[in-house]
Amino acid sequence: MGLMNKIAETQVWKSIFRHGYPSNPRNRALAALSNVFLHLHPVKAKKSGIRLSFTWCMGGITFFLFLLETLTGVLLMFYYRPTIEYAYNDVIALREHVPMGIMRELHRWGAHMMVLAVWLHMMRVFLTGSYKPPREFNWNIGVILLLLTLLLSFTGYLLPWDQLAIWAITVGSNMARAHPFIGHEGPGASLLAIGDVSLVTPASDIRFGLLAGRFVGAGALLRFYVLHCVALPLAAGLLMAIHFWRVRKDGGISGPM
Amino acid sequence: MELFKSIVNWCSQPAIYISLCTVGFVLLISRYRVLSRPSVLWGLAVGIALFFIVGAQDEDFLKIITKGDNMPIVIMIFAILATLGMALRQAAVNDMRLERGLPPTEAEDRGKVLVWPDLVYSEFICTILLSALFIAWSVAVEAPMEEPASGTRAPNPAKAPWYFLGLQEMLVYFDPWLAGVVFPGLIVVGLMVIPYIDTNPKGNGYYTLKERKFAISMFLFGFLVLWVALVILGTFLRGPNWNFFAPFDYWDPHKIEPLVNINLSELVWVKWIGTKLPDNILIREAPGIVIILAYFAITPALLAMKGMKRFYEEMGFARYSILVMLLLCMAALPIKMLLRWFINLKYLVAIPEWFFNI
Ligand code: HEM
Repeated sequence: MGLMNKIAETQVWKSIFRHGYPSNPRNRALAALSNVFLHLHPVKAKKSGIRLSFTWCMGGITFFLFLLETLTGVLLMFYYRPTIEYAYNDVIALREHVPMGIMRELHRWGAHMMVLAVWLHMMRVFLTGSYKPPREFNWNIGVILLLLTLLLSFTGYLLPWDQLAIWAITVGSNMARAHPFIGHEGPGASLLAIGDVSLVTPASDIRFGLLAGRFVGAGALLRFYVLHCVALPLAAGLLMAIHFWRVRKDGGISGPM
Repeated sequence: MELFKSIVNWCSQPAIYISLCTVGFVLLISRYRVLSRPSVLWGLAVGIALFFIVGAQDEDFLKIITKGDNMPIVIMIFAILATLGMALRQAAVNDMRLERGLPPTEAEDRGKVLVWPDLVYSEFICTILLSALFIAWSVAVEAPMEEPASGTRAPNPAKAPWYFLGLQEMLVYFDPWLAGVVFPGLIVVGLMVIPYIDTNPKGNGYYTLKERKFAISMFLFGFLVLWVALVILGTFLRGPNWNFFAPFDYWDPHKIEPLVNINLSELVWVKWIGTKLPDNILIREAPGIVIILAYFAITPALLAMKGMKRFYEEMGFARYSILVMLLLCMAALPIKMLLRWFINLKYLVAIPEWFFNI
């Protein structure tokens, strides 16, 4: 500890951390308090709440996977161009030119497991009754995060532009065709018409808006790419910040009264 | 081996499989104290593992479970067994204590610890272990990559991503506007209103089943049987043309399923009354429309008088109505399944002219 204490007295350390090495209660509290990331935690937590058998660390695992996806995703973006000419070949090139490359694997298996981890996290929160007052609102933030996680995974599924991708998205987005009123094969769509001119057609309905076309094509690829790499991660990141903040503000991880 | 295969194949027919899952679920809720014993849980885990190992001797089966994108589902089965097992174990312990007038074990260590180092260190270790795990997995299994996309050559079966296969399975029983739009929407709305309609103050912050039996049964039925079990069904047991294939069947794209399903209107007008279908759409579909209106209008009132009287009194009109409406929608799926299995019913209300089939 002698060396660490010496380092903790240098000007560089002090300029970064503003407190000594966290080996006594005061500095440990300051470590959590004066760090923007650690400050998402409270300074002290209930013993019952941080037990692995209580939370299974599932929320934490979900967050870990989100970070893993961000990191590997950014690396993948260096090699990938979201156009019909390039997308497939870029992914193949990645596989062939990078020896031992595992970024795509990490990204894909991480995505699958993130979906599973959110489900299990939700089950844990439900089974411990942690959505009950005062945590109703945070449960709802969670539901939106669940949706965002599924959408992130869904939009990413299209990007390799192989048969698996295009047809999974076709099957998924075909549902939008049947959206009541705003899908062209949905009940009530024929009611939205001016005289004989139908307003909801294959070229104007909700599916068209989603795919930027009647089929899963170039427009859909670009749209999904932007959603997947920019819009959805930003939204999810923002909501996660609120989610963690609220965990703390609602009294930390739940426990018996 | 052949006997094993034919038993498994028989059990996995959708009607049998879903019924077995439901029976299993009822057992889980009513016998959770026995089922969550560590010995039983380990037994189950070993049993399932053995099932996969023995099953993997069969080529068709091995091909399906080791497909890269299907591995999450195999993992999911074990992950749910482990987490649910832990939760129910803790609930059983707590319920026993509550019966004796003791607080749940979570209340025992009410003391607080400093987040640095206690929590931060376990997060750190967790991060390292997970990183190692994912790197090992990624080195071992290559991410799938198929032929380049072609908008004209559809693969058979064309499946949605695995986490949506429960919805795709619902398409067997409902049209896309219900299975793909209305029901997912209701799932989201239903999840969101949970904290506002569950007025039971007990069981906040600790595992218990006894104090929240109704809430937990409804949630777990929805999650385990109507979602997870259907994902498994959609992944492993649905092949070309979304036909059923047992685990040890070869996925033959030319398998033909006879179409014998019949609409309620045909059943009533043609088979029972013996006339032809009326020309007026609303008269033709009147039987189904009446049944559905009655289902949503009369059942809540009946339940408020008998069966769920206590809920009605404790929750008040608004909360009660929302709860019952959501439950009726959730029950619509198993009901439609039963109607399909027993009387080959296709639609209760069939108005293809308006894309309105229920
Ligand atoms: C991207 C998705 C999500 C992330 C990263 C996330 C992360 C977390 C973390 C780290 C915690 C702290 C306790 C723990 O680890 O269990 C937590 C708590 C919580 N989460 Fe999430 N979560 C996500 C999605 C959800 C979902 C889908 C729900 C529910 C529908 C939800 C509801 C809650 C609630 C109510 C708490 C407070 C629990 C308590 O105080 O015991 N979260 N979340």
